[in-house]
Amino acid sequence: MEPLPSSGCGCTKPAASQAVIEKNVPWGKVGILTLLSFGLWLAIYNHLEPFSSYLTYSLFAVKKGSQLGDAVQFFLYDTPKVMMLLTLIVFVIGVLRSFFTQERTRQYLAGKRESAGNVMAAMLGIVTPFCSCSAVPLFLGFVQAGVPLGVTFSFLIAAPMVNEIALVLLYGLLGWKVAALYLVTGLLIAMVAGWVIGRLKLETWIEDWVQELRAGQSLVFERKLTWLDRIDQGKEAVRDIVGKVWVYVVAGIAVGAFIHGYVPEDFMAQVIGKDAWWSVPAAVVVGIPMYSNAAGIVPVVEALLGKGAALGTVLAFMMSVIALSLPEMIILRKVLKPKLIAVFIFVVGSGIMFTGYLFNIIV
Amino acid sequence: MEIKVCGPGCASCEKTQKIVEAALAAKGIAATVVKVNDFQEFAQLGVFSTPAVVIDGQVKCIGRVPKQSEVENWIG
Repeated sequence: MEPLPSSGCGCTKPAASQAVIEKNVPWGKVGILTLLSFGLWLAIYNHLEPFSSYLTYSLFAVKKGSQLGDAVQFFLYDTPKVMMLLTLIVFVIGVLRSFFTQERTRQYLAGKRESAGNVMAAMLGIVTPFCSCSAVPLFLGFVQAGVPLGVTFSFLIAAPMVNEIALVLLYGLLGWKVAALYLVTGLLIAMVAGWVIGRLKLETWIEDWVQELRAGQSLVFERKLTWLDRIDQGKEAVRDIVGKVWVYVVAGIAVGAFIHGYVPEDFMAQVIGKDAWWSVPAAVVVGIPMYSNAAGIVPVVEALLGKGAALGTVLAFMMSVIALSLPEMIILRKVLKPKLIAVFIFVVGSGIMFTGYLFNIIV
Repeated sequence: MEIKVCGPGCASCEKTQKIVEAALAAKGIAATVVKVNDFQEFAQLGVFSTPAVVIDGQVKCIGRVPKQSEVENWIG
């Protein structure tokens, strides 16, 4: 696959040095190294379970089937497993993201109408590099480029809601079905909520100075990237993200291991089980002021599920924590009038609640 | 020379500012580094993703943390 000519991030680079890099890509070496690394990764990954059992029951001589044994084996198995999955996915997403920039996404969405635009915006929300503190400049850019309000919201909802770290942890700890449910419902909520907000015609609920932006100019910086640059971006993402979240992962798994070993079966079923109808809205409301890293929340989710909590309730809680965060609302207040923020919370909250009830019914 | 670092104050923006300051120190150039965190000013500069580096009114980099060597090139 050829690198896209006009993709990548931000800055212009001197053309001369670019040409030199292009010529010197050692394709054979890079390819072999990538294959070898992935082979090694697979070999280790497939032996983690027997290895953790060996460590726990033979080397540390903890009694099999005991509470301590369950907890220790859980921890020794899940920690390397999750860290390895995390490293792989963060690398792949890092490389993938080098093909997308906020500028290109914006240009692309500016030409889209509602409906199709909502669908594209939600999907681009996953792959476009984005951090919640750049939500406001991004919003301004979208408004200025003439992206419809509802489409903009689809992007703003999907970007934090469908989080790649949460996705990989759900896959690693709870299996592909739960991960797929999370991905699909997250996307659906972003699409539908954005569409609803668009239908409501709330453009006048954007702050006045933002509405006047439409005529202005926006800068677009394009930079050519080679595959080596893209691989570098993947590595950088690993250093950046894995270096930051590993503490949360280990702490979360430790909590999970404790609950797995010591908390009695079905303990959670009484508190947040299927029968408690109020548990879904309660989970959403409790989740709004909480703002946690996705990496910290998933092992707790796993532990809760293991002790009989209802899947829908737990998913609703997780989505609310990740997608509806108070700090982001406060930042968005600078460009949105309070009424529009209220609508945003209400529409997304309803979507999450609907998902929660749906899963409690069908699972 | 006046250098503006645009960012609402997240980790990447802090990092960008440190890199700019390191580049100035490495080159031995004195310049004022201003942190911009007003969204209206972003919009006037045409900056719609952060962090961004603006040198003497000219936008050099948008939406990513630049490398120190790049910044050294810009400040010449």
